[in-house]
Amino acid sequence: MRRLILAAAVIAPMLGHAARAEDTVKIGYIDPLSGGGASVGEGGLKTFQYLADELNAKGGILGRKVEIVPFDNKTNPQEALVQAQKAIDAGVRYITQGNGSSVGLALEDFVTKYNTRNPGKEVLYFNYAAVDPAMTNEKCSYWHFRWDASSDIKMEALTNYIKDVASIKKVYLINQDYSFGQSVRSDARKMLTAKRPDVQIVGDELHPLLKVTDFSPYIAKIKASGADSVITGNWGQDIALLLKAAADAGLKVNWYTYYAGGAGGPTAIKQTGLDHQVFQLTEGFANSGHQPAMDYEKAFRAKVNMSLWYPRAVNEMRMFKAAAEKANSVEPVKVAAALEDLKFEVLDGGTGFMRKDDHQFFQPIYISSFGKLAANEPFDEENTGWGWHLVSKVDTPQAMVTTTCKMTRP
Amino acid sequence: METGALPRIVHEYAVLELIVISILNGVLFGMLLFLLSSGLTVIFSMMGVLNFAHASFYMLGAFFGFQLTKWIGFWPAFVLAPLLVGAIGMAVERYGLRNTHKHGHVAELLLTFGLAFAIEEIVAMIWGRSPVDYRVPALLDFPAFTIFSTNYPAYKIFMLAVSVVIFVALLLVLRRTRVGLIVQAALTHPHMVGHLGHNVGRVFMVVFGVGSALAGLAGVIAGPALVTQSDMAAALGPILFVVIVFGGLGSLPGAFVASLVIGLVQTFAVALNGSLASVFGPLDAAGGPSALSDIWNVTIAQVAPIIPYLLLVIILIVRPMGLMGTRES
Repeated sequence: MRRLILAAAVIAPMLGHAARAEDTVKIGYIDPLSGGGASVGEGGLKTFQYLADELNAKGGILGRKVEIVPFDNKTNPQEALVQAQKAIDAGVRYITQGNGSSVGLALEDFVTKYNTRNPGKEVLYFNYAAVDPAMTNEKCSYWHFRWDASSDIKMEALTNYIKDVASIKKVYLINQDYSFGQSVRSDARKMLTAKRPDVQIVGDELHPLLKVTDFSPYIAKIKASGADSVITGNWGQDIALLLKAAADAGLKVNWYTYYAGGAGGPTAIKQTGLDHQVFQLTEGFANSGHQPAMDYEKAFRAKVNMSLWYPRAVNEMRMFKAAAEKANSVEPVKVAAALEDLKFEVLDGGTGFMRKDDHQFFQPIYISSFGKLAANEPFDEENTGWGWHLVSKVDTPQAMVTTTCKMTRP
Repeated sequence: METGALPRIVHEYAVLELIVISILNGVLFGMLLFLLSSGLTVIFSMMGVLNFAHASFYMLGAFFGFQLTKWIGFWPAFVLAPLLVGAIGMAVERYGLRNTHKHGHVAELLLTFGLAFAIEEIVAMIWGRSPVDYRVPALLDFPAFTIFSTNYPAYKIFMLAVSVVIFVALLLVLRRTRVGLIVQAALTHPHMVGHLGHNVGRVFMVVFGVGSALAGLAGVIAGPALVTQSDMAAALGPILFVVIVFGGLGSLPGAFVASLVIGLVQTFAVALNGSLASVFGPLDAAGGPSALSDIWNVTIAQVAPIIPYLLLVIILIVRPMGLMGTRES
């Protein structure tokens, strides 16, 4: 009897613990929280924590609490794998990551292998910002879902816009020297040549990822090339410092960027005085004019004290909830099946869908420019008094690309 | 001919602009390296210790500068932060290195190695791991002059001026004063200096303190122009070793020349577009993309970050004592 009680005393807390663990859905946030990528990584973490709080306030997912567990990967693929294993050991079945396609590719491969070796314990990888096309093409995986538009989708949208701007004659490409930067560069070359053969590419630069602390030598080179426009996929400190060096040198060109809206970017643009000459490509932005999104932005800023850089993170978490409810389960295998071909009303308005063939989410894409605000544009960035202004909206059907993905399905 | 002439003039003008701006940027980066390497090279040749924590003192300077600027403004911080870092350096020498000295150089080396990690973690604990908002003081936040059509920031000119003043002051102290005489003697013959009745221990401590203070000063002025964050020491440290080995251990003029060379080489490497393909022509296209074609098409700009290390390897093979070094050690 005593032995039975003892056994019960030992087992009961374990059961209790197991029951509690099942009550929460843990999402492992594996992104840089130190080093050159830290400024964006911390912004992303705050965003996901806000989204989890929001879900929990409305009863969580199927009655379960959502918890974001942060892991610092230092923008390093090897470190990210160590952290992913640590996350799984801590009971995480969903990981989310965005900064760095080199990291994203490593995680995608890791999750695929892990799931093959551990049936019944599958892990899903929700990608909110790693946009190398390879991740949904030759390296695609059933266990990976991407909410951000891949870099070829963005370049398709951008070159469709550039096609009609006759003033663009000399383009300079500057990108980070890793998989994503290289794909931006090659897509830009390919699509510009096809759509605007008269445009001259006067420079094509790759620089080390998140290592450059002073871009003035690069700015001097852009200046010497006589470029009128620069196309860059730079993110994090690489876009902020690039724009800062341009501001210091007084370089006056048009900037077509993927991520000028990130930390430090807006401040640097204001400093250059380039009013509506810096453009960015996003799936949504503060002054989009879509009322529910603008209300959301207002509430988000009031609580988190930063702008909503990642409308796609909102889409990701809301779709996660929708898929879990559709499947009536938080089991990753069932959620994955429910996500396929799921149609969804995105935060900034319009319908998107998660394509079954490659697990890429397709959605409307906006080109916006940064500068003085109009009367109906309430949101500025980083207290500069300047904000994003709609230049062009590309609807979902025009923001689609084909895929070569042949994924192995479970 | 008439129509072709104008674009060519415009192009040459742009190239000239690129060269002038690159020289300015390169000299500036080189002078910053010199502020750091001058202390490191003197400490090395005097005490035989490669101070791994030297770049950490640079980082401490930047963070102290940032914090003091917030509290009491940039100019007081500009004076106080290096003094603070110098004091920490002296304490490290007096209570750390001097005690480990009797256990040999390896123990001293390990002490500075551990110290570098400890400083990085402490900085991360206090200020976090993301960059801090350390801004150029408003007084210097304007373009100093416009060369061709590029603005050159006044703050960079200020950095350049500070570095030059320190260089001249250092040279005068070492070459023209009694203190400099003792330091120079202690560089090569520390035992003899001791036998002559000088307090070599105190000389070591002061030199270590001044070296650290110079690193701190470099941090204070570089912080706003570059990025102030907890990994800045790890990013700069290896370049410093390149500079002092390249210039010759213990040689101040060597460190000066090496700093300028490394600064200019790194800046100009970025500005150049050459690759093996542009020199020898493209590879046979039928071969398709391969490892060789990848290497063939890499531009000098892409390999800019590793060029200093290549220089280090070459100088060690060709002239192990460095450019202006006098002894092989």
